[in-house]
Amino acid sequence: MHKKIYTLVFLLFCQVMTLPLLAQDSAGAQKVEMADRFRADGKIYVVIFVLGTILLGLILYVVRLDRKITKLEKDIKI
Amino acid sequence: MLRQNWWKIVCVVLLFYTLIAGFLGEVPAKPILNETIRNLYFHVAMWMAMMITFIISLVYSIKYLRTNNPLFDIYALEYAKTGIVFGSLGVLTGSIWARWTWGAFWSNDPKQLGAVIALLIYLAYLVLRNSMTDLDKRARIGAVYNIFAFAMLFPTIWIIPRMVESLHPGGMGNPALDTRDIDSRMRAIFYPAAVPGWTLLGVWITTLRIRLTVLSERLGHV
Repeated sequence: MHKKIYTLVFLLFCQVMTLPLLAQDSAGAQKVEMADRFRADGKIYVVIFVLGTILLGLILYVVRLDRKITKLEKDIKI
Repeated sequence: MLRQNWWKIVCVVLLFYTLIAGFLGEVPAKPILNETIRNLYFHVAMWMAMMITFIISLVYSIKYLRTNNPLFDIYALEYAKTGIVFGSLGVLTGSIWARWTWGAFWSNDPKQLGAVIALLIYLAYLVLRNSMTDLDKRARIGAVYNIFAFAMLFPTIWIIPRMVESLHPGGMGNPALDTRDIDSRMRAIFYPAAVPGWTLLGVWITTLRIRLTVLSERLGHV
């Protein structure tokens, strides 16, 4: 239990410590075409929504599999 | 460990973070790449996940050779299978990326060829195993071949494509992930979220397969 919490806190610490990277200089030529119009129109949220739905579907499938297997293991270990 | 849920929740959180930050986050504006540079969190992450998964498989193969515990052989096999899935997805996503940046799905590029060869060597590991009916022999020879297959990853993917001329970043001895390919804002999403997220998903699916194999062996379906 202690070990788990310690691991989680350590991981969270590592994640937080990478945030200062965001302070790095991001100077760049604005001559390269990027999808700024797309983003301004809000269409980027469609992309995120669609991919998020796919990801969620896959995760739910894996969770369902996990629960099925856990149940089978409990039944057999009687 | 296999049945604990905390690392699975971490996996889901990291993957959703990768998705959202991957598309909403700021990226450098590079010619030719444009927005596709975001593929870093997916294509490159697939290869990192593959390497980690193959290392785990290697460790279990060595453990099997040292202890002859059949459970380690199951672990090694399933992690190798997941590694092959990650590698195949890496080739596929790389090919799609290439279509819009290099101009074609396939260019016989040294990196592309090297990656496919490495995966074929791992596929041969599966064929080799299935060619043997004696379970101990299958596990032992499989474990030795697994070590060889892992060793072959290095010349085929990491060394030769990086020594010769290549469309892929890293050719001709150039650094593989430098300021032309990534910046610090992207690194902050790639290393803490994308790589562990996809890797953990692979580990999760592999542990499910392992548990299923153990269950079916317990029930008598070998």
